[in-house]
Amino acid sequence: MIASLPRPAWLRTATVLYVTAFLIFLFVPLVVVGVFAFNDANYPAPPWRGFTLDWFIGSRATGRTGLFHDPDLLGSIWTSVTVAAWVTLLSVTVGTANSFLMERYKFPGKQVLSVLMLTPLVIPGVILGISILSFSSRVAELADDVLGLDLEFLRPGLPLVVLGQFSYIATIATLMISARLKRFDITLEEAALNLGASHFAVLRTITLPYLRPALIGSAAISFLMSFENFNTTLMLVGSDSPLTVMMYGRMREGASPVLNAVSLFLMLASAGLALTLMRGSSPRAK
Amino acid sequence: MSEKAWQRRLILALLLAPALLWLFALILLPHVQLAVLALRERVAPHVFQPSVDQFKTFFAEPLYWQVFVRTALMSIAATALTLVVAFPIAWVITKVARGRASALLFMVCLIPFWVSETVRALGWLILLRESGVLPAILVKLGLTDVPPELLYHDATILVGLVYTSLLFMVTPLVSSLESLDNSLIEAAYDLGAGGFATLRKIVIPHAAPGITAGCIVVFMLSLGNYLTPNLLGGKNSQWFTELIYTQFIVRFNWEQGAAFGFLLLGLSTAIVALGLRLSGQRFVDVMRRS
Repeated sequence: MIASLPRPAWLRTATVLYVTAFLIFLFVPLVVVGVFAFNDANYPAPPWRGFTLDWFIGSRATGRTGLFHDPDLLGSIWTSVTVAAWVTLLSVTVGTANSFLMERYKFPGKQVLSVLMLTPLVIPGVILGISILSFSSRVAELADDVLGLDLEFLRPGLPLVVLGQFSYIATIATLMISARLKRFDITLEEAALNLGASHFAVLRTITLPYLRPALIGSAAISFLMSFENFNTTLMLVGSDSPLTVMMYGRMREGASPVLNAVSLFLMLASAGLALTLMRGSSPRAK
Repeated sequence: MSEKAWQRRLILALLLAPALLWLFALILLPHVQLAVLALRERVAPHVFQPSVDQFKTFFAEPLYWQVFVRTALMSIAATALTLVVAFPIAWVITKVARGRASALLFMVCLIPFWVSETVRALGWLILLRESGVLPAILVKLGLTDVPPELLYHDATILVGLVYTSLLFMVTPLVSSLESLDNSLIEAAYDLGAGGFATLRKIVIPHAAPGITAGCIVVFMLSLGNYLTPNLLGGKNSQWFTELIYTQFIVRFNWEQGAAFGFLLLGLSTAIVALGLRLSGQRFVDVMRRS
């Protein structure tokens, strides 16, 4: 706060009111989603008809299929987790390699490459999706015509979803890891080398441990962004739907409180992830 | 060449390989293929010739270019609204709240970003639809007799877009306001400037890089959004990404869809370039900041 500035009472009141209104705007949609997961009605709408856990544990016998007895929803959560795990692995690996490349090496065309690495962030997700879709189907066509191969993984489906999400999440991982590597004190590595450590030993015992917070942070962000991705996924998805696409489909058909249940579950999972991250590293990862 | 230099070259090659593979196979070549699709026409099965027909269709069919213009204008409106809503909060975080309260408020602002956009849209659906929470409250307060339908309006889409974008505006604003020295504001006051003059002459010029970065990101995200306009706007949403989806996935007219894709990409790139030009910044710096 700037002490010497005049702060009349009306300004103070207005500030408090604005912040309150802002926080209500921010949290009411999320609270509503959570609350109606427990409403004893077939439709997530007021009035409140009493508390129930049906939308979590209900089975066909009770007439309401809850989250834990809905194989489609559970399957799509698993699909999302699998996709996100692959995307995370690829993004963090490539992001680490890119960071070393950009921070430690000089080579012709480096400037172009560094701009190119940022472009995925300014390409709308839908366009990333359709461009990868058309390119992969072109490659599949060529493989079929020229080599007589049927490359199933190039058809819309989970492998393409992984590649599509990776195409821009890799940029984010690269930025996060580079930011930390940039601040690394190179004399630490030189000291270790002078003392007779091999390059590999230096990497394993000094550089990577230093990068650890950035690696964990970028892994968490990559996982989350993959799990939540919709635009790119929608264009590349085959018969197995990840959770966001499955939820979107069901929301268009008409709401059922089971979607609230799965949303609440997601919110708790994200909150858990966020808390672990904040405890593990400095609060501002990006 | 010494063994050491060879080793270094080998490592460089190993590090270059994944970057080049990623950028060529997933970014550059796919966009080349998209351009090829957009600029050809099918004259017989498996026979194509170069053509600009898809772009002609876009201009000849009012629905198409109207949706395009509408998407652009709505995205600009959403960006402006987001800036207006986010700026006071960023101000409170950096200049009014102290220590823990400031950090806490900033953290709280970031929370909805951790929740999937699908979940956020679901929240708005439950709040706003005819049988939803807000119409029920309005009836209870006696403001209306029948619950109004608050979904499927342009304003609803804007609310949804602002909601999803806020975080991307607050973060760059906070980081640019943080670096503004408080004594400059005090000096302005001491020299007799009012609140508005200080804002216009001191605060906004200093925060310009953050404002630009936030606006660019929010505009891009709004323009490329599919989920929020589609769910909150329903059939009235008429968002350009929906046309792309329809051409690609529903009608299987990839040539037309690719042309639409390039138009959207062109608009997005143009606005980014314009924003950078206006504020005299470099793309790389803006992206690092946001």
